[in-house]
Amino acid sequence: MNPYLLLPLLLATLSAQQADFRGKIVSSDRPTIALPDIRGTGETQPLMNTLNSKLFNEIEQAAVLKMAPKGLYPLTVPQQPTDFKPPTLGPNRQPLSQGPWLTDWSGPPVNANYLAFGYATVQGGRLALFGWLYDVTQKDIQNAQVFGKVYFGTLDDDGAKKVALEFAVDILARFGGKSLAGSRIFFISDRSGAKELWSMDYDGANQKQLTFYRSTCISPAISKDNAKIAFTRIGAGNPSIMVHTTDSGRKLNFTNPVATMNATPDFTPDGNQIVFSSTLGGSPANLYVAGADGGGIRRLTSVKSIEVEPKVNPKSGNEIVFISGRSGKAQLYRMNLDGTDIERLTDGRGEASNPTWHPDGQFVAFAWTAGLEPGNWSIFIMDVASKKYVQLTSGVRSENPAWAPDGRHLVFSRTVGRQVQLYSILADGTQLKQLTFTGSNEKPAWTH
Amino acid sequence: MLRKGNEKIKMSLKNTVRLPLMAALAAALMMIATGCKKNIPPAAKLPDTPKPAPVEAPKAKPVISFNADPSSIVRGDAVTLRWTVQNADAVTIEPGVGTVAASGSRQVYPTTATTYILRASGPGGSDSARVSVSVSAPTEKPPAAPSGTTEDVTGALERLVKDAYFGYDSAEIREDARATLQRNSDGLKEIFGKFSSSNVIVEGHCDERGSAEYNLGLGEKRANAAREFLVQLGVPGDKLKSVTYGKERQTCTDATEDCWQKNRRAHFALGQ
Repeated sequence: MNPYLLLPLLLATLSAQQADFRGKIVSSDRPTIALPDIRGTGETQPLMNTLNSKLFNEIEQAAVLKMAPKGLYPLTVPQQPTDFKPPTLGPNRQPLSQGPWLTDWSGPPVNANYLAFGYATVQGGRLALFGWLYDVTQKDIQNAQVFGKVYFGTLDDDGAKKVALEFAVDILARFGGKSLAGSRIFFISDRSGAKELWSMDYDGANQKQLTFYRSTCISPAISKDNAKIAFTRIGAGNPSIMVHTTDSGRKLNFTNPVATMNATPDFTPDGNQIVFSSTLGGSPANLYVAGADGGGIRRLTSVKSIEVEPKVNPKSGNEIVFISGRSGKAQLYRMNLDGTDIERLTDGRGEASNPTWHPDGQFVAFAWTAGLEPGNWSIFIMDVASKKYVQLTSGVRSENPAWAPDGRHLVFSRTVGRQVQLYSILADGTQLKQLTFTGSNEKPAWTH
Repeated sequence: MLRKGNEKIKMSLKNTVRLPLMAALAAALMMIATGCKKNIPPAAKLPDTPKPAPVEAPKAKPVISFNADPSSIVRGDAVTLRWTVQNADAVTIEPGVGTVAASGSRQVYPTTATTYILRASGPGGSDSARVSVSVSAPTEKPPAAPSGTTEDVTGALERLVKDAYFGYDSAEIREDARATLQRNSDGLKEIFGKFSSSNVIVEGHCDERGSAEYNLGLGEKRANAAREFLVQLGVPGDKLKSVTYGKERQTCTDATEDCWQKNRRAHFALGQ
C-alpha cells in the first residue's frame, strides 16, 4: 500500500497530541508589538534600510512577540516622546485634533500592546540611534515608557546592524526573549571536496571552515561552555573521535580506545566526560563513557544490538537519550547515566535517529520515519516524561535537528534531490529559513 | 562477472489473481476509512466508481493477488513477492516469510526452485495462492588468471574476491553472501599464499536511507560478520582487518532498490 495514503490519519493523530506541550516551547499567546520604520537624518539615511530590517528580523525571529502588520499602522508615526499629543476635545468631548497618540496603536486596527520607535542621527561622526519602547495600553503617557536609550555605532552598515541589534536585545529582554545574535552553528559541509567541519552565524552569515582532514567528519557536539567540539572522523582507518577547540580549531587530546569504531560523542554538561559509541567490548557498537581526554573508560550498555548517539541531558547531566536496535529497528531510548532505568521512548514503528536535547532538559527533538518507508525522515519533538510527541516537518527528508540556545528555534537538514541543506525553523513550524546554499551541508550543532 | 542464464529458465505463475487497479485502490482507501475492520465488502463486487458498501455485507471469501517478480533468477539475486488480500484477517506466506500484512511486498533470496504459498483466512473462509520461482546456478568457477602476464596483488584481488551483499538493516550472512564469501575465502587464501606480505581490509557499507550514525554501527557489524565468516573458513585473521564506512562511500546513488542493494555490501580492499 502506498504509505502516503496513511498520511491524513497520521497527521490527525499527531494534531490531537499537539495541543499538550507545544505551547510550553513557543507560546501562541504573545504580546503584540508595532515596529514602524525608524527614520534618520542626513548621512544616516542610506543606512536606515539596513537598520530597520535588522531590527525587525531580530524581534520577529525571537518569537516572543507578535508583529502587528505594518500595513495597518497609522500615517503619523512618533519619532520621540514629545511627538505624542493627547487629543484635544471640543465641548461635547468630540476630538478636535488628533496628534500621534497611544490609542492610535493600542486600538483597532493595529491592536498592539507595545510600540518601539525612535530616530537616528549623526553625533560626533558616529551613528546614534535613539530608541524607545512604550506600553501603548497605558492611559497616561507618563506610565507608558518602558525604556528609552541611545545606541552608538560606526556610520556604516555594520554600525547600523550593531545599533539595531542592541535595541532589539533590550526590547526582547523585557519579554524574557533571548536573541540568537552571537550564537554560532557548527556543521559538516562537503564544499571543499571532503566532509569537513564548518561554522556560521545563527543566520547563515560568516561561513568558515574549521577542519582540514580531507576525510569524512560527522556528528559534531559542542561542550556546554562552547569551548570544545567533538565529532567522528571516518575514512582514515577506523572511525574515531576527535576533539577540537571551537574558536581556532586547534586539536585537543582525546585518546580513542583501541576498537574498530569509536563514534558519536557528546559532552556531559560539566565538560568532564564524553559519552560515545564504541566496539571496545566487541561488535556491535555499544555505549561508553570516558573522561574528557579519553581516560577512565566505563561501559554503559552491553547488548547484542547497535547503539549510537548517546546525548546527555544538559540540565540534569545524569540521563541520556540514545538510539538502539535492541527491540528490532533503531528506536529512541532513555536511561540514567549509571545504566539504570532503560526505557524505550518511540513506539517501535519505523526508525529513529539524531536525538537532541532542548536546553531545558525536558524535550528532545529527533528524526523518525514513524509509519513510513525507510529513508522518509521527519523531525519530531517529544516530551520525554510523557512520551507525547508532535511532528515538526513532513514531506521532505529532514534529519539532524539541533536546538538553538533560545530553546525556540531548531536547525536541521533537508534533502532535496542529492543536495542536503541546513534550515532554521521555529518550534511551532513557522519561520522556515534556508541557511546554506553551497555544496551539501548537514549535521548541525548550535552553540549553547 | 557471472554469466547469467546458463540453464533454461522455467517460469510458472499459478493462481495469480489480478484485480483491476481501481478496485484495489478503492479497497485500500476503504480499509483506511473503516479503520481496517475485518468485514470489508469484497472489492471485486464494487462498481467502477467506488461507493461505500453497507457494513453488513455477506461474509466473502478472501480475494488474493499474489505474484513474484522476477519469477526466475540466478542464485543470489532477489525476488520481490507482492500481494494484496481482501476479506482476510490472517495472511501467511511460506516458506520463510511468515505472517504478513494484508498487502505488501517482500524480498526473498531462494537458493533453489521454490513455490511460495500465500494462505489467507477470514470470516468468509480461507483461500491460498502460490507462485513459483525457478533458480539457476551461478557460474561456480572464478575466471582464470590472465595467461602470459604476471598478475599483481590488486589484479588478483579484483578477480578472486567479490562484494558480499546484505539485506536492509541487516548484518546477517545471506545465502548469496555465503556463496560469495566461500569463493572469496579460496581467493584470499590463494592471494595470501602468493603475496605473503599482503593484507586485506573488509569494508562494511550501507545504503543511504538510514541515519549516518546508525549506519556507522551497521557497517561495522557487516564488516565484522563477513570477516568472522572468512576466518571460520580458514582465512588467517591477522591478514584481515575490518573497517566501517557507514553510508559515506556509495558506489551507486540512485534511489532504487537495485542501487541500495549494491551499497549494502562488504567490500574487500588491499591493506597498507
